[in-house]
Amino acid sequence: MTQLVLEQALNGLQFGLMLFLLAAGLTLVFGIMDCINLAHGSLYMVGAYFVAAAAQAADSFWIGLGAGVAGAAVLGLVLELSLFRQLYRRDHLSQVLATFGLILIANEAVRMIWGAQPLLLNPPEALSGPVEIGNFFYPAYRLVIIAFGLGVAGLLYLVVARSRVGMWVRAGAANREMTEALGVNVQGLFTAVFVFGAALCALAGGLLGPLLAVQIGMGESVLILAFVVIIIGGIGSIRGALVGSLIVGTVDTLGRALLPTLLRAALPADAAATLGPALASILIYLLMAAILFFRPQGLFPARA
Amino acid sequence: MAFYRPARYQKPLVIVLLLALLVLPPALDAWGQAFYIGFATRVLIFALAASSLNLVLGFGGMFSLGHAAFFGAGAYVAAICMDNGISDALLALPLAMTVAGLLALVVGAISLRTRGVYFIMITLAFAQMTYYLFVSARVLGGDDGLPLAGRMTLGGLSLSSDGALFYSALGCLALVMTFLGRLAGARFGRTIQAIRDNEARMEALGYPVFRYRLVCFVLGGALAGLAGALLANLTGLASPNLLQWTQSGTLLVMVIIGGVGYLYGGVIGALVLLCLEEVLAGFTLHWHIGLGLLLIAIVLFAPRGVAALFGKSDG
Amino acid sequence: MAEALLEVRGLSRRFAAVDALKEVDFSVDAGEVHALIGPNGAGKTTFIHHVSGALQPDSGSVHFAGRDVTRLSMHQRVAAGMARSYQITNVFLGLSVLDNVALAVQGRPDAGGSFRFWQPVSSEQWLFDEARTYLDQVGLSARVETVAGNLAHGEQRALELAMALATKPQLLLLDEPMAGTGQEESGRMVELIDHLARHVTILLVEHDMDAVFRLADRISVLVDGRLIATGDPEAVRADPEVRRAYLGDDL
Repeated sequence: MTQLVLEQALNGLQFGLMLFLLAAGLTLVFGIMDCINLAHGSLYMVGAYFVAAAAQAADSFWIGLGAGVAGAAVLGLVLELSLFRQLYRRDHLSQVLATFGLILIANEAVRMIWGAQPLLLNPPEALSGPVEIGNFFYPAYRLVIIAFGLGVAGLLYLVVARSRVGMWVRAGAANREMTEALGVNVQGLFTAVFVFGAALCALAGGLLGPLLAVQIGMGESVLILAFVVIIIGGIGSIRGALVGSLIVGTVDTLGRALLPTLLRAALPADAAATLGPALASILIYLLMAAILFFRPQGLFPARA
Repeated sequence: MAFYRPARYQKPLVIVLLLALLVLPPALDAWGQAFYIGFATRVLIFALAASSLNLVLGFGGMFSLGHAAFFGAGAYVAAICMDNGISDALLALPLAMTVAGLLALVVGAISLRTRGVYFIMITLAFAQMTYYLFVSARVLGGDDGLPLAGRMTLGGLSLSSDGALFYSALGCLALVMTFLGRLAGARFGRTIQAIRDNEARMEALGYPVFRYRLVCFVLGGALAGLAGALLANLTGLASPNLLQWTQSGTLLVMVIIGGVGYLYGGVIGALVLLCLEEVLAGFTLHWHIGLGLLLIAIVLFAPRGVAALFGKSDG
Repeated sequence: MAEALLEVRGLSRRFAAVDALKEVDFSVDAGEVHALIGPNGAGKTTFIHHVSGALQPDSGSVHFAGRDVTRLSMHQRVAAGMARSYQITNVFLGLSVLDNVALAVQGRPDAGGSFRFWQPVSSEQWLFDEARTYLDQVGLSARVETVAGNLAHGEQRALELAMALATKPQLLLLDEPMAGTGQEESGRMVELIDHLARHVTILLVEHDMDAVFRLADRISVLVDGRLIATGDPEAVRADPEVRRAYLGDDL
């Protein structure tokens, strides 16, 4: 039993860290540019497709990952310069409409280019086996994902908390007008944040590709979770995004794994089979609703 | 912004449209296009659903991303009614409205204590919760949804013919739009519009703002439930896809395209979006791209929506 | 002896590390015009927020017409008879002047509530007739159809006042009604308030000393969140602590 819990806890950590990659970009775009980007999940999907396609072409996971992330960054740059720059000054309704349109375009474009079937993305040969931890086995690849996630988190911490750029980012999240008034090249900062967010999405998509399927619509389900994360964590806060992702990742994974078992012990099999997955799915939303109710600005609000 | 005021030519235009719709089914029949009666009914139903969202968003100023929950709930109530021997629409439709309204009461009572983007997110969360609850319930058909054994009857009249269902949907839409039109000019309409424009001032004038918002939200939810029940009759299925946030997004897009806060914004938006889908789908399999580009174009060039393009002034 | 219509006891409020209001004891008698003055940042507007219900105190209580209203929300206090005007004009800029005041009339408890879904408001002639009387009182009769956003600044202040009056309050909280008005406009505003004072109790927050000394029956002085003096205008004018607080400003 403890083995199951440990394994699921690690899975939750891994999922949470990947969610963090998504949420970090989203919270910055939302926090600094006050822009609702429903197409953030599409960046994740397109990024995954770029990685998978590049990996197949180069017959190497790592080259695929690098090329895919770079490609997504370029795509992010194009989108930012052409569309999002116009959206920043618009109201939220317009942003929802436009980014909803982007989702439609992205899903269809992917279908046109790569067809309706999921793309195959294999983990690197060297990492496809299990690793021994204590007295149980855990997939090596998942450990690498965790390592990547922690690495990015550490990097982001260094940049955001310790560097000048990071200071501008935090200032921009707290008070945009003031930051502009202080002479910071806000427009350039916005572009950089957006492109970086796109790259992080692609990284998450590429890393998760071997585990989940690289398919159309993969972005939508994960987008909601990303929004939940940034609401819980506080809009505009990287630290909040990390804490929120870990909470959401572990609660969701452990919930789905353990709740059915727990319920089966307490309720008749029929009810447990129904309630289990249902409760596990809504657990995250209940958590978010509760946090919104008692602490509406989230756990680590960036705005004063 | 100001109070909604209908353009002078609106009434005659609506009457003409109504007359045209009344003769549509026999006309389509005569042209050998009877298939499109079902499509027209679909447009009417989504016009109703979008209008219910327009009440909440356009008039009430509440940006809800969870409206699909009430839409889908209505559909499921219709299916459950059919399953349990309630096949009279005169019973089932009000029941669907009541259940959807109650759901909206619960969601609204909690969500309306938040503001801005948090309100958007919490309504989204509730919609997702509703989706997961319905999808997980095996008794409700799970992933596949709950089929209806047949179409309902309206009093004694069977709705199995496409024409009968069309006229029922038309009747519902006409009643609802009449009601919403009166509401807009009545005390309640002015109140929620004023709250939308300046909540703090309304509070300072002694209006219990939360109460008015909640009633508006519940009304919108109930009307969405009505639309959902009608849709279940049309498609023969209460599908969990109706509860997804992407469905909320579609309704939102309809309202925005048609014109937020204009009485017929939902109707116009539904008509435009569904017709566009039909037309574009005829051109290419990948018409979604065209639709997406259109939405972006609207945002960049016609931000107040299609209705604004026609110059319907709001003072 | 007139009873206190408004009584504030021991009101205290902190914002972060700053004591915005410290143990304020304050009262307004029925029928009087009571002015609250003090240097910038003294906490006058914060005080009004606490009286009107926009903010909740950390400690202390607010009593109105004999009731403890400390826990009541703003709209509940309005229903009980308190109305306020705003320092920064806060009218419905997109609506006509008449519609603005009509909304205020419609919101009164005795108007019957706004859960009416069918009858058009335009048919309720009495709402607009009554709105016109308030607009007459503040001198805006000629501007009833004008969109509020197109009014001159002084006219918008008058509209603010008309809306506050339309709620038929027992106590009128006026937050710097002279703010931003020129010589002539402020003269008219003073006359207006003087005229209104015959029917309604007024708590007046103002910087314009001419206006204050013309209108006030009593003056209280707030400095750094503390009430340092209360009394009739001459007594306050002569109070050494008050003179010190204004650092030689012309009293």
